[in-house]
Amino acid sequence: MNDTNDILNTMEYGPAVEDASEALQWLSDHKGTFGHLIGGKFTEPKEGSTFKVSNPANGEKLAIIAKGSKADVDLAAKAATKAATSWAALSGNQRARHLYALARQVQKHARFLAVLETLDNGKTIRETRDIDIPLVARHFYHHAGWAELVEEEFPGHVPAGVCGLIIPWNFPLLMLSWKVAPALAAGCTVVLKPAEHTPLTAIAFGEICKQAGLPDGVFNIVNGDGETGRHVVDHPAFNKIAFTGSTEVGRIIRKATAGTGKKLSLELGGKSPFIVYESADLDSAVEGVVDAIWFNQGEVCCAGSRLLVQEGIAERFYDKLKARMEKLRLGNPLDKTMDMGAVVAPVQLENITKCVASGVSEGATLWQPEWAKALYESNIKGSFYPPTLFTDVESSSNLAQEEIFGPVISAMTFRTPDEAMALANNTRYGLAASIWSQNLDVAFDAARRVKAGIVWINSTNLFDASVGFGGYKESGYGREGGREGMAEYLVPEWQKSAAKLPKPDDFAEAHPVGTSTLAKPDQLDRTMKMYVGGKQARPDGGYSYPIYDYKGNIVSEAGLGSRKDIRNAVEAARKADGWSGMTGHQRAQVLYFMAENLEARAGDFAEVLSQSSGLSTTKAMKEVSASIARIMYYAAWADKYDSEVRAPAANMLALALKEPYEVIGISCPDEAPLLAMISTVIPAIAMGNRVVISPSPLQPLVAGLFYQVLDTSDVPGGVINIITGKRDTLAETMAAHDDINAMWYFGDQQGSTMVEQKSSGSLKPTWVNYGKARDWYDAKQGQGKEFLFKAVQIKSIWTPFGV
Amino acid sequence: MSIVETSATPIKGLQAAGTKELVRLDSHEHERNPGGPLKLELFENMSINLSAVKRRASTLATRRTVKKQWQAAWLIRAIECIDLTTLAGDDTPGRVRRLCAKARRPLRDDIKSALGLGDYDLHTGAVCVYPTMVATAVKALSGTNIPVASVATGFPAGLTPLPQRLAEIRFAVGEGAREIDIVISRAQVLTGNWQAMYDEISQMREACGDAHMKTILATGDLKTLSNVYKASMVAMMAGADFIKTSTGMEGVNATLPVSLIMVRALRDYFEHTSYHVGFKPAGGLKTTKDALSWLILMKEELAGEWLKPDLFRIGASSLLGDIERQLEHNITGRYSAAHRHALA
Repeated sequence: MNDTNDILNTMEYGPAVEDASEALQWLSDHKGTFGHLIGGKFTEPKEGSTFKVSNPANGEKLAIIAKGSKADVDLAAKAATKAATSWAALSGNQRARHLYALARQVQKHARFLAVLETLDNGKTIRETRDIDIPLVARHFYHHAGWAELVEEEFPGHVPAGVCGLIIPWNFPLLMLSWKVAPALAAGCTVVLKPAEHTPLTAIAFGEICKQAGLPDGVFNIVNGDGETGRHVVDHPAFNKIAFTGSTEVGRIIRKATAGTGKKLSLELGGKSPFIVYESADLDSAVEGVVDAIWFNQGEVCCAGSRLLVQEGIAERFYDKLKARMEKLRLGNPLDKTMDMGAVVAPVQLENITKCVASGVSEGATLWQPEWAKALYESNIKGSFYPPTLFTDVESSSNLAQEEIFGPVISAMTFRTPDEAMALANNTRYGLAASIWSQNLDVAFDAARRVKAGIVWINSTNLFDASVGFGGYKESGYGREGGREGMAEYLVPEWQKSAAKLPKPDDFAEAHPVGTSTLAKPDQLDRTMKMYVGGKQARPDGGYSYPIYDYKGNIVSEAGLGSRKDIRNAVEAARKADGWSGMTGHQRAQVLYFMAENLEARAGDFAEVLSQSSGLSTTKAMKEVSASIARIMYYAAWADKYDSEVRAPAANMLALALKEPYEVIGISCPDEAPLLAMISTVIPAIAMGNRVVISPSPLQPLVAGLFYQVLDTSDVPGGVINIITGKRDTLAETMAAHDDINAMWYFGDQQGSTMVEQKSSGSLKPTWVNYGKARDWYDAKQGQGKEFLFKAVQIKSIWTPFGV
Repeated sequence: MSIVETSATPIKGLQAAGTKELVRLDSHEHERNPGGPLKLELFENMSINLSAVKRRASTLATRRTVKKQWQAAWLIRAIECIDLTTLAGDDTPGRVRRLCAKARRPLRDDIKSALGLGDYDLHTGAVCVYPTMVATAVKALSGTNIPVASVATGFPAGLTPLPQRLAEIRFAVGEGAREIDIVISRAQVLTGNWQAMYDEISQMREACGDAHMKTILATGDLKTLSNVYKASMVAMMAGADFIKTSTGMEGVNATLPVSLIMVRALRDYFEHTSYHVGFKPAGGLKTTKDALSWLILMKEELAGEWLKPDLFRIGASSLLGDIERQLEHNITGRYSAAHRHALA
């Protein structure tokens, strides 16, 4: 009964199903079975080691896929390694031509790829057609440009090497492009491990690479599940691992790669706030929620899944939101009139159902549209879940804390902008935030204060290849897109041939009673203390350890720092947040003053350096002078390492804001104890961080003099905290401390491995030296943008405008 | 296997209003908006985010589409909502009579029959003319229930003195116009003189008497969406039966973002007062795709009642021709030509 008269009465939309025949034909041309792509050849799947891929919208089988073994990964890694030299040797222009060809080829087959993605993933054809695939093409175009410019824009850098890329199922082809495009542009070759639920568009892309004439081995695919991914992570051929997926798996990868020297970028989970102030355009904010949590069935790492609404407008906003939810359409994802399709697999549907049930049992109020009943009552075969709103959610509820990865939003109210920020940041994650207010002051204040890598003002879920994407806190590290994304696939050239540090002298922990030559009756005892919160502090444990001079005589003692000293130092650093809020100019002034005061005491420093390391006075003075120059160097940068602005769309600016991590733990090197300490600590604080440092355990006395300089240089208490003691003991506590936001370690290989492993707890970014030497006197190695870049995290703030 | 949405109510409170059986499309099913006091607090602080509105507007027609028989039915509805319009300096009685004939019979009989609408009383929503052409149009439409709409109040600029503007309304009503499309004084919006705007429109409403008043905001002159929202609210408070985007003479005619704000305003007004006010985009709607986009807008942002001609009109002249060609294509599968359909 669909005659014109009936329709005139109901004014229903009717079906509008996209033709899938070309994609289905492609599947059947391949007899529905697919292997890996290794060295330019598609392999035949072996019997017994395959898995099935289904259409989540109807449960029907789409294909049988080879499950990659360790041997398959090895073959692919070898192919990528073989191709690496010649690929990296191509000129930027030649690589740009390849990437441009890929972009073109994606565009030419856009609809085929969109349909295939919809079949495989269950997301609507509107999204694959209008969002996923156009962004894929855009990503390759953008990075064709980077291939052209990388040499000029990243002088002194070389490709990271062979990359293992592991991508999720929620944006299969888009996530491929986010990793493959910058990798290829940088001159890296890759092995891609697509998600087991959604491998099809990657395979189609593999064919596109062949059509476009990409050299064999530059792009390889090994299909499989988590076990295959594990083989990729573990394979020694890879110089870089890029992963997008759950925080849980990110943690495993961090541990597994610890100490290997593999570069690592992680795009992990989120529980991103969507904040609606009373000054918001409420109707537009309602549409924002639709795009935030019902985009791609909420299977979006940066989904706005926590709705924070100002209390006075909350009821009205919920009413508007519910009315809007009644209008959402859910069904066959190939139908062009659907807002929502299927979730990726029955197992995901089960997860969502469980999370919702637990939310109900926790006492939150569940609301789903009227039409959801029809969904529950239907015998629908696919994995469908209706849009869901929880109100009366408490911040202690799982609904407010755990990532659901489904179309479920949890609403809470706030009273003041301060409380909005307190709630917004009350999470382990820090991927994205969406801020809704027509008041510029309110919006920008929130954008600055929210701890998230991506902030959308009066918008949500916008993406562009020129704008970095990545998280704060346990949402991971590294950025995808833009200049900062390119940096993830490059390394400084000198590091490729850095020498191993000699093994340092053993650290004498026990107090050598009876061997001390300290007692000099004619001289009052001078004791070096620790320095916490701007005050000298004794070690909590009450132990000291001996400091030897280069001849082996005990010349002094230093406090033996323990876990509790680190705890106290972190608390002091946390409190010194005024430093991060200061302008670069103000910080520069403090640094210049510090340089001035260091120079005034240059002789004292030189004397201590000579005594402890046996340097000649000239050489000791050279280290002091270099240290003064270095402080001035970073004072110069303090107000000049500027944020960038991109224009990803008309009437849209995206700020790439360089923000301090806030609290960084630094284990300073042994070599050049003053210069190296200065070279690591000063860039960190110049960018607005506060630091907890453990100075060279063998030669800590310069640090003792240094805090006297700090005292006279207007450095606010808590900005630099100095804990002496055994490097790795202190580093272990710092790496595992959840309130330290980043960790730098300059010591041996073993300690580097430990730091990377321990950092997996809070997933803080680490910078370690794997026991490799760095010439602190060399401007290329000892200072520069490498340090500044490590001292900041980039927050992308999308700011639309117009009247 | 698609799940079709049920007829959902968009705004709290609407459910109680219920849905009546469709009897006559051109009869007004809802109690007329009587207007009310000017309540500045309901709109004064309204601030609208342009980029978000543009995003919503641009995805309305990418999130929804109608195909095959559904598209045909929707286009029939579009025809029923057209105010078939001639507002040109060279209008003559002959021109107006031809337009009226087209309004009575907007679609070739064979196309109608092929769509299963052989007996269906299909006509446009109204015929819209200048006041001096009202009598001609009324005569040409006698025997039908097609209302004649007349522009008035110094259309299009609205800058003639108020007594003359009011007299013009009374003249048109006296000639038999059942609907009056008035223009507002843009200056009152641009200077934020809401009281003056309210007073003026209230007087115009009074002059209209039983004739329904469509208030043209001339949104192309108002420039900002906030102005459009505020002007919409004042017009409704002053008793508008419809709010209408444009005269067709401004630099920018009806756009989807502006229309979105106007329908949201009438949704808010309904929420506050329980009175239904209609919406009429005018100017620039020329293609089938335009007609469908605006119908989708109405369906998505409002309840189903707003998809009928008593609450939705499209001011257009050339649009009908494009719809006729599309409908013929819908039946035959061949692309049609303009000369196969009677000239409006």
